[in-house]
Formats: sequence, structure tokens, C-alpha cells
Amino acid sequence: MRWIYKRLIVAFLTIYFAMTFTFIVIKSMPGDPIEALTQQFVRQYYMSYEEARALAESVAPFVPKGSLLEQYLSYMAKFFRGDFGVSISVSTGTPVSKILADAIPWTVLVVASALLISFSLGTLLGMAMAYRHGTRFDSALLVTFSILRSIPEYIVAILLLSILGFQLGWFPVRGRYDTWALEALHHGHVLEFIANVLWHATLPILAWVTTHIGGWALGMRGSTISVLGEDFIGYAKARGIPERRIITRYVGRNAILPLFTSFMLSIGFMFGGSIIIEYIFSYQGVGLILYQAIENRDWFLMLGAFNIIIIAVVIGALLADLLYGFLDPRVRRGGGYS
Amino acid sequence: MSLSQGVRYAIHDWVIVPGKIIVHNKKALVGFIIVLGYILMATIGPEVTPYPQTYKYPRYIKPTLFKWPPSLEHPLGTDYFGADIWDEIVWGSRTVLIIAFTAGIVTTLIGISVGMIAGFLGGRIDSVLMAITDILMTIPGLPLLIVLATIIKTSNPLVVGLMLSVNAWTGLARSIRSAVLALKNTDFVEAARVLGLPFYHIVFREIMPNLMSFIAINFIFATIGAIYGSVGLYFLGVLPFTAFNWGIMLNMAYSQAGAHESLATIHYILAPIMAIVGLQLGLLLFSYAVDEIFNPRIRTEIR
Repeated sequence: MRWIYKRLIVAFLTIYFAMTFTFIVIKSMPGDPIEALTQQFVRQYYMSYEEARALAESVAPFVPKGSLLEQYLSYMAKFFRGDFGVSISVSTGTPVSKILADAIPWTVLVVASALLISFSLGTLLGMAMAYRHGTRFDSALLVTFSILRSIPEYIVAILLLSILGFQLGWFPVRGRYDTWALEALHHGHVLEFIANVLWHATLPILAWVTTHIGGWALGMRGSTISVLGEDFIGYAKARGIPERRIITRYVGRNAILPLFTSFMLSIGFMFGGSIIIEYIFSYQGVGLILYQAIENRDWFLMLGAFNIIIIAVVIGALLADLLYGFLDPRVRRGGGYS
Repeated sequence: MSLSQGVRYAIHDWVIVPGKIIVHNKKALVGFIIVLGYILMATIGPEVTPYPQTYKYPRYIKPTLFKWPPSLEHPLGTDYFGADIWDEIVWGSRTVLIIAFTAGIVTTLIGISVGMIAGFLGGRIDSVLMAITDILMTIPGLPLLIVLATIIKTSNPLVVGLMLSVNAWTGLARSIRSAVLALKNTDFVEAARVLGLPFYHIVFREIMPNLMSFIAINFIFATIGAIYGSVGLYFLGVLPFTAFNWGIMLNMAYSQAGAHESLATIHYILAPIMAIVGLQLGLLLFSYAVDEIFNPRIRTEIR
């Protein structure tokens, strides 16, 4: 139990220092939000610079004031009380927490489905490859997955968008759902809305799955091959345990353990990478929000998005550690194998 | 041992044996040829191909390479601005490769140093270094790079490469540290210590050779990661568009020319995509031989 307390304290400190680091980096960005807002007004309403500046100052009384240290202390104090500040670019004055709460479920929908699909398909194929290792099936998949793994996901996204989206018109090219689907939802057609949402999420999910399935399959192939060489598999066979049970309980379970930590870590990686994917599909999730916040120098929104991702990553790693101890019988019994 | 003999041994160890291993391994051979092709493209390419000037040719000429009869006039066609796409690819390869290799080298060096120092010295220094590593690891990489790009505002490929390594080294540092911790207690290191061999001997003669294949593979993966990151940054348009770069081409094709909307201009977006995918694939295939090149057991079999 003491180990868990220690791990929790470390996790909290990691979050705290990562937030501080991000705060310093973001505060050293050139350009201030009032200036960005002024430029936006000049472009949008064809105002003179002075007029736009005055308007920007009047609508943005939320811009942090005081010295850097004061700003830092007040931000941190408010953040841990759940007050993330207000946005100045997304309909000025909207609480950051509200914007993020609206965006997060969409990113989670895409990232989580992509991760689950690519992980389950990838590990199954990887195990199949290991069992047939050296055959034509194995080497064909080995080459395919190596190629797929070396392609950045945003390239696949652009290709999917231009071929399946624009050329063939099979999938929508932008957004989270169509306006008519939202109308349908208001009239109680929930299933139609869900179908529309999934239809919009298909291409982003597909872009992630195509590029990530290879990594899982190759990782699982390697770890299955090494588990198959272990003595206890031979003993299990000699004891006459049915093949199906050996595959699931003995091989599968042990082979999947090394992949577990990277599974948890890739959640954070994908959240960060969703910036480009959501940009390509104009998909209003955390990534696109963060991109727009950086462009508009929207400090609080930027900090909020960064910090949410940081917390998600740390919690992911924490869960990985705790669950690993639970899943791996050797660790569960109190590290008897060291 | 005379000097000429030493040179001969060095050539045997670092040219002939790796060469034989690469030729034996088909995947690695293909990868090696691809990477060599890209390096040639980046080094002598810009000297022999004309500078890709805009408004020099008509817009959107179809690739002449795939026409009948094929010609090399505009092998990959021309773009929205009337510049030859092949020339742009060649000129872009130089900046892409400089960025990728700078980031690869810097990432690997930082990763090795941090991992080694933490693993060897242990104690408080180890805890502090690993805490810093963990903190940097949790900050989302791509968004952090976008913010840094707005602060640094550079188009110098060396600086871009440096920037990309800012938190790319964390994973390598962690694995080097655990490898050092494991090797520290092996018999041969113990023996070297008992013999009173100096510290640098233990590090460079006993420990490093065991980590070389691991380090080389991580160098290649750092390079692949840097290409991913830099092209992504240029694609999003957060770095200044001054030099030629495949990411800039991708950005132009995606946003300004709307190349993804019509089939007539698809060659404009496919060209940088193929260039990027080819390079990534070549590096990945080459990495398959790295383990064998540095593995002493396989080396002795080849001799």
C-alpha cells in the first residue's frame, strides 16, 4: 500500500512540474492575445487599428494582469479549484472548462475507438503471425505492416480525405456531424444522429488504425514468439492442457503484458497527434481547439488544453503501473521473482 | 600493429563486414539502396537540378513520366505556381535530411548521456534526471513543438532539428538507464572493476559495445520521428516558408491549390507523399540490418 501512496505523490508532482514548464513556455510566446484579437477585428470588421484595439481591450477584460509570478500563482491556485479561466478567442468570455468539456468527448471517441480497434486487431494478427512464423502469410503481413508503420498518420489522413472523401464522396469531408442530424436528434431520432456521428468519425479513426495496427501486430508477434519458446508452454502441452486454453491463458496473456505499458502511453501520444488529424478533417476536438488557441494566442485555452492532456497522460501511466501489478501474477505476489 | 594494418582492420570491421551483412539481408539491402538514393539526392541533387522557380512553366502540367511516350521534361508535372515538382522534391530533400539527421544525432546524444549518467551515478542525480525525463515525457510532443516554433521562428534546418529533439530523447534515456543498470552488475563489468580498469574503459570498452545496436536502432527511429514531426509542423504552416521542404509542398497542395478536391491535380499532393513515405520506409528497412551489424555473434559468422 505504501508503494501506491508514493506512486500517487510522484504522479501529482509530475503533473505540477509539467504544468509549470508548459506555463513558462507558453508565456514566452511572442505576441499577446489583445494584439491577436485586434488583428482579428481589423480583418473581420474592417475597423481602423485604434478602434479595433479599443474594442479588443473592452471585450477582453479577462487577459491576465500582473507580474509573471503573480499570474502563475493565481493561475495555479484557480486551476486546482477547477477554474480554468476564460477564452478570449472562442466567443470571448466563454469559460475554458466549457469549451474543453464540449471538445474532449469527440477526441476521446476518435482516439479510443482507433486505439481499441488497432490494438485488438493488431494483437490478434500478431499472434497469428507468430504461430505461422516463417510462412508466406507471416512474411506478407510483415512487409505490409512495416510499410504501414513507416507512414505518418496525417499522410494517410490526407489520402483518405482526398480519395474516399472528395473523389468518391463516400464519407463526409469535414466536421463532427451534419446540421440535419442535430435537427433529427432534437426531434428524438437518436439512432440517426449516432449513425451520422460515426460516419463522420470513420475517416479519422481509419487514419489512426491503418498507421498504428502494424506497430501492435509486430510487437505482439515478437513477444508471442519469445513466450512460445518458454519452458512452461512445453510443460502445459505435456500436461495435456487443451490447445485453445494454452493460446488464451498461457501464450496470449503473457505475450500481451509487455505491450500494455505502451498501450497506456500511446493514449497521450494520440491526443497530441490529434492536432493534425483534427486539422485535416476540421474535426472540432481538443486537437483543433488547441491549434486554434495557439494561433490566436488564447493563453487560458492553450494552458487548459495542454494541462488536460498532461493529466490524462499521467493518469494513463499511473493506471498502467497499477494494473500491471494486478495483471502480472509475479508482481502481484509481491515481486517474488527478483 | 602498424598503421596500414590498423586501417585494414578498420575497413574490414566497419565496411566489409557490415557490407556483407547488408547484402545477405534482402530487406536491409533495399532499405540501404533507398536511403543512399535519398542522400545522393540531397547532396548532389540541388547542384545538378535547376532551382525550382515559380511561374516558369504553365500550371498543373501532368507528369510526363507516365505519359506515352514518357519524357523527363516534367517527370512529376508542375504545381499550382508553375514550378517543376521534381525540382522541388530534390531541393526539398536537402532541408528534410538535414533536419532529420540533426534531430536524430542530438536526440541520441542527449538520450545516451542522460541515461548513462543516471544509470552510473545513481542516487540523487539519478532521481532528479529521471524526474525531469518523466515530466518532459508527459507534455504532448506535437503541441509543444508548435508552441516552440512560434517562439523560435526559424527556418534554419539545423535549428529546426535541434528544436525537434527537445523531448524526443526521453524514451531513449529511460531505456539506456535500465540497460546500464542491468549491465553494471554483470560479471565482465565486475571483473573490469576488480582489475582496477579506468572508468572510461569500463564505459566505452565494456558497456558501450553491448548497447551499440540498441543505440543505432534508436538513432534511426529518432530520425524517422523527426521527419514525422518536421513535415507535420511545415504542413500545419507554423514554421516560416523560406526554404524548400516536402511539408511545405504538402501544405500548399492541401490548402491553397485544393489538390485533394480534383483528380487533375492529384500528382501535386502525391509527389511529396511518395517522397516522405519512401524515405521513412528506406530507413525502417535499413534498421532491420542494424541489429546484425552490431551483434558480435553474427559478425563472427560472417567473417
